[in-house]
Amino acid sequence: MIEEPEIDILLNDLLEEHGYDFTHYARASLKRRINRLMALDKFPSFAELRYRVKSDATYIKRFVEELTVNVTEMFRDPLFYKTLREDVLPTLAAKPFIRIWHAGCSTGEEVFSMAILLQETNLFHKSILYATDLNPDVLEKARKGIFSLAPMKQYSENYMLSGGKNDFSSYYTAQYGHVKFKEELVKKMVFSTHNLVSDRSFNEFDLILCRNVLIYFDKALQERVLNLFDDSLGSLAYLALGAKETLKFSSLQSRFKQISREKIWRKIG
Amino acid sequence: MAKNRVIDSCQMLMIGGSTGSIEVLLQLLPALKTPLPFALVLVIHRKNTADSTLVNLLALKTDIPLQEVDDKDAILPGTIYLAPADYHLLIEQDKTFSLDDSEKINYSRPSIDVTFESAADVYGPSLVGILLSGANTDGTAGLNAIKNAGGVTVVQKPETAQVPFMPQQAIEGAPIDWVLDVKEMEGFINDE
Repeated sequence: MIEEPEIDILLNDLLEEHGYDFTHYARASLKRRINRLMALDKFPSFAELRYRVKSDATYIKRFVEELTVNVTEMFRDPLFYKTLREDVLPTLAAKPFIRIWHAGCSTGEEVFSMAILLQETNLFHKSILYATDLNPDVLEKARKGIFSLAPMKQYSENYMLSGGKNDFSSYYTAQYGHVKFKEELVKKMVFSTHNLVSDRSFNEFDLILCRNVLIYFDKALQERVLNLFDDSLGSLAYLALGAKETLKFSSLQSRFKQISREKIWRKIG
Repeated sequence: MAKNRVIDSCQMLMIGGSTGSIEVLLQLLPALKTPLPFALVLVIHRKNTADSTLVNLLALKTDIPLQEVDDKDAILPGTIYLAPADYHLLIEQDKTFSLDDSEKINYSRPSIDVTFESAADVYGPSLVGILLSGANTDGTAGLNAIKNAGGVTVVQKPETAQVPFMPQQAIEGAPIDWVLDVKEMEGFINDE
C-alpha cells in the first residue's frame, strides 16, 4: 500500500516533469487507483513505480490513463435525459443557434445520447456539440462513433425510459460485436482536448454537461471548475452535473436555480 | 463487558450487506438508541437505479437523521449515511465522503471492500465494521483492512442470515471479533 507522503512525491514528479496536475484530485480515489495500478503492473515497491514514472515516457501515457476513470454509458440516469428532453431543450428551441459543451466527455456515450435527443426534438440542425476531455485517445474513440454491441440492450432500455419513441437500433449499424452510430450524428460534434484543471473558458454555451467528473476533484478544484463553467454560460443557460454532484458547497449556488429533481441548474443571476 | 469499551471509542460504524441484508436493517434501525454517538454508514448492494426507494424505506424506520450521500458531504456523528447506488463510496482524510464510479469490484458498485478499506485508512482503531447476509465475497477484504488498522470486526451469525455465504466467507477469510445475531447486534451497537 502506498502512503500519503509517497503520493505527494509522485504527484509532484508528474507535475514537474510531465505537466500533469493531479494534486487537486480527490485523494481517496487517487490512492485506490495508484494502488490498483501498482498491483496490475506488479511494482514491488514505491521506488520502482517512481523510477518508471520519472524515466519511461511511454509508461506515463498508461499511468495517466489508468489514473483517470473513463466509465460512461448512453442515457445513464434515464430520468435525467427525460428532463432534458421535456423541460430543458424546449426552452432553447427559440434560439437561432444552440451550443452545448460536454466537459470530460470520455469516450463520447453522452455526446451521442445528446445528439439523438436533439434530433428527436428537431433542434439538431442548429446545434453544435463541443466534446472535450484531457485524454486525446478517448476523444479519438468518440469521434469514430464505434461502440461495443454488448451494452446496447441496456442503452436501448435507458433510451426508452428517457422518453425515446424510436427503435434505438435505428441509430446504428451492428457488425462483428460492435456498432457504428450514424455519421450524421458526428457531423455536429467538435472534439478537442481540454484540461479542466488548467485550461480556460473557450466559448459561451447554452448548456454544459459535466457528469461524474467533479467527483474526482477536491473541493478547491471543484470550485475552480464550477467558476470556469459559470464564465462559459450565458444568462438563463443550464449546467448539468452527475446524480450525486451538487452546487451546495459552491459560491455559485445563489445564482443558480435547480430545476426539477434532476441535477440541472439554470443560471439566473 | 469488553464490548462496551469497543463501541465507546467508535467514531464510525459501517454496515455492509447484500441479499437478505435490508430485512436485517429494517429490524436493527428502529432498535438504535438516540443520539447515536458515532456516524453510521450503510453500504448495501442494490439495483443500480438512482431512485430513492431504499433511502425512504430506511428513513421510515428510525428517528436518527438518515441521508443518501452526496459527493463531499461531511461525516457527522449521530447521522446515518446510505451509499448511493452505482458509485463506490470513499472516505477522505478530512472526514468527508467522496464518490467514484470506476469499475465494479466483486461485481458490485458500491463495493463493501472499497468503502471498508477506505474508512480503515482514515479511522483506524475507531472504526467498527459489520458484515451482514449476502451471496457475494464482498466485505472479507474490507474486514481484513479494518482489523489491520486496529478496528473491530463483526459478522452476522451465518445461520441467522437469509444468505449465509457472505458472513461465512468473512469468518473463513478474516479475523472476526464478534459473530452476532440481529438481537445481539442491537445490544452491541447500543452498548448495552
